Amino acid sequence: MAESPFKADIERVQKEYSEKMTPGAIAKIPGSSVVNKTGSWRVFMPDFNRDKCVRCYLCYIYCPEPAIYLDEENYPTFDYDYCKGCGICANECPVDAIVMVRESK
Amino acid sequence: MPVRKVMKANEAAAWAARLAKPKVIAAFPITPSTLVPEKISEFVANGELDAEFIKVESEHSAISACVGASAAGVRTFTATASQGLALMHEILFIAAGMRLPIVVAVGNRSLSAPINIWNDWQDSISERDTGWLQFYAENNQEALDLILIAFKVAEDERVLLPAMVGFDAFILTHTVEPVEIPDQEAVDEFLGEYVPKHAYLDPAKPITQGTLAFPAHYMEARYTVWEANENAKKVIDEVFAEFEKRFGRKYQKIEEYRTDDAEIILVTMGSLAGTVKEYVDHLREKGVKVGAAKLTVYRPFPTEEVRELAKKAKVLALLEKNVTFSVGGALFQDFSRALINESEKPRIVDFILGLGGRDVTFRDLDEVMDISKRALAGEEFDEVNWIGLRKEVL
Ligand code: SF4
Ligand code: SF4
Repeated sequence: MAESPFKADIERVQKEYSEKMTPGAIAKIPGSSVVNKTGSWRVFMPDFNRDKCVRCYLCYIYCPEPAIYLDEENYPTFDYDYCKGCGICANECPVDAIVMVRESK
Repeated sequence: MPVRKVMKANEAAAWAARLAKPKVIAAFPITPSTLVPEKISEFVANGELDAEFIKVESEHSAISACVGASAAGVRTFTATASQGLALMHEILFIAAGMRLPIVVAVGNRSLSAPINIWNDWQDSISERDTGWLQFYAENNQEALDLILIAFKVAEDERVLLPAMVGFDAFILTHTVEPVEIPDQEAVDEFLGEYVPKHAYLDPAKPITQGTLAFPAHYMEARYTVWEANENAKKVIDEVFAEFEKRFGRKYQKIEEYRTDDAEIILVTMGSLAGTVKEYVDHLREKGVKVGAAKLTVYRPFPTEEVRELAKKAKVLALLEKNVTFSVGGALFQDFSRALINESEKPRIVDFILGLGGRDVTFRDLDEVMDISKRALAGEEFDEVNWIGLRKEVL
């Protein structure tokens, strides 16, 4: 999986959060929407078939999170820490390279 | 030198606010506490109080403005009652959760319907689960003193919780009594300036207050409100002691009156405590072993003090101006909870009385005593009793 471009932010905020709870649950530094992983909400997850993909990037453009990055060969790759399983990518993909499958933990 | 003035509890509350020097007061008028912001606006207009007085369009906005101001890092104050407090309900949780030491004066009044502007405690009792500290004043002097005390406790770093101070509608809000106004310098020394360390807006150091907490953090955040309430028990004792040292007036979470050797103790809050004490004197003259106890602090609930009190009597008669339907009064639930695991406990009899400004007379208290004596004799009794109910109109 490609590395999140927010990696440094995430680590910074995660460190902050792992410290003691502040009175009033104050977030002492901004960035909580980055650190709060939204992947846990997911019921369905996108299952990607690289062989079918034509690299049109519609999934990349439409992902609302955005949880899709491009790898070294410019194929889409999914960040499951943030993918909320909305299925938009699968819906947009013109060649059905993405299908939503029930997540089994 | 402190001066004595004759004033209503509403004015006493406004004076307390003036002495505490809040930087922001946001208020919407509601009977019976309208006079509090009215008087404060006078102080501000006259230059006697250097504060921002925000006129808002509802109580929801009043407390929201207070939350905003307190989050920005200044001392804030407002006053309300009844439906106004109920309208604040949503934001009360937020103020406590954000640990903002706002102080609200509540002119304790009944809730609709039917509309009734007179006294009972249903309004603030209904907010007992918001995390706010709650104090109840017996007279106008206590209204002033307890507001100062409330600021000091609320702002203590071990507490950091908002606080409300209740005083009975009309019985106190509109009744004049001599009230000692402490020296400004003495109050300044007692309270000090509010310097928030946990919450203040500083563009150079951005923070997010009242943020979203996922399931992984929400429960811990709520627990810290629980912890702060627990801490408040000790802090309140310390502040009461300091107040007594500086101003000479003694406060206790539960004030006892002629409880030594008492078989029956009448427990109540607010101005009714005055009536009950006089009634106890009246019965003591006839040799009846009866005492009184007054809760000055209702939240955090003084569990330890209740357990001590319970050791002194065979019957605790709880006199309450509030009702939780199908259960009884709020004190009844709190007292039962506090004593449930004690090996020896008195019988607890609950009395609901004086709702919506119904006068509580010695005759009503005689009725309370009759039932309490039955409980003392080991006879059967109703756990919850409505006193002074006009059965003929039902
Ligand atoms: S399922 Fe939704 S959130 Fe997940 S990658 Fe696809 S578009 Fe993005
Ligand atoms: S939409 Fe489908 S084809 Fe286009 S890049 Fe995404 S996975 Fe590949």
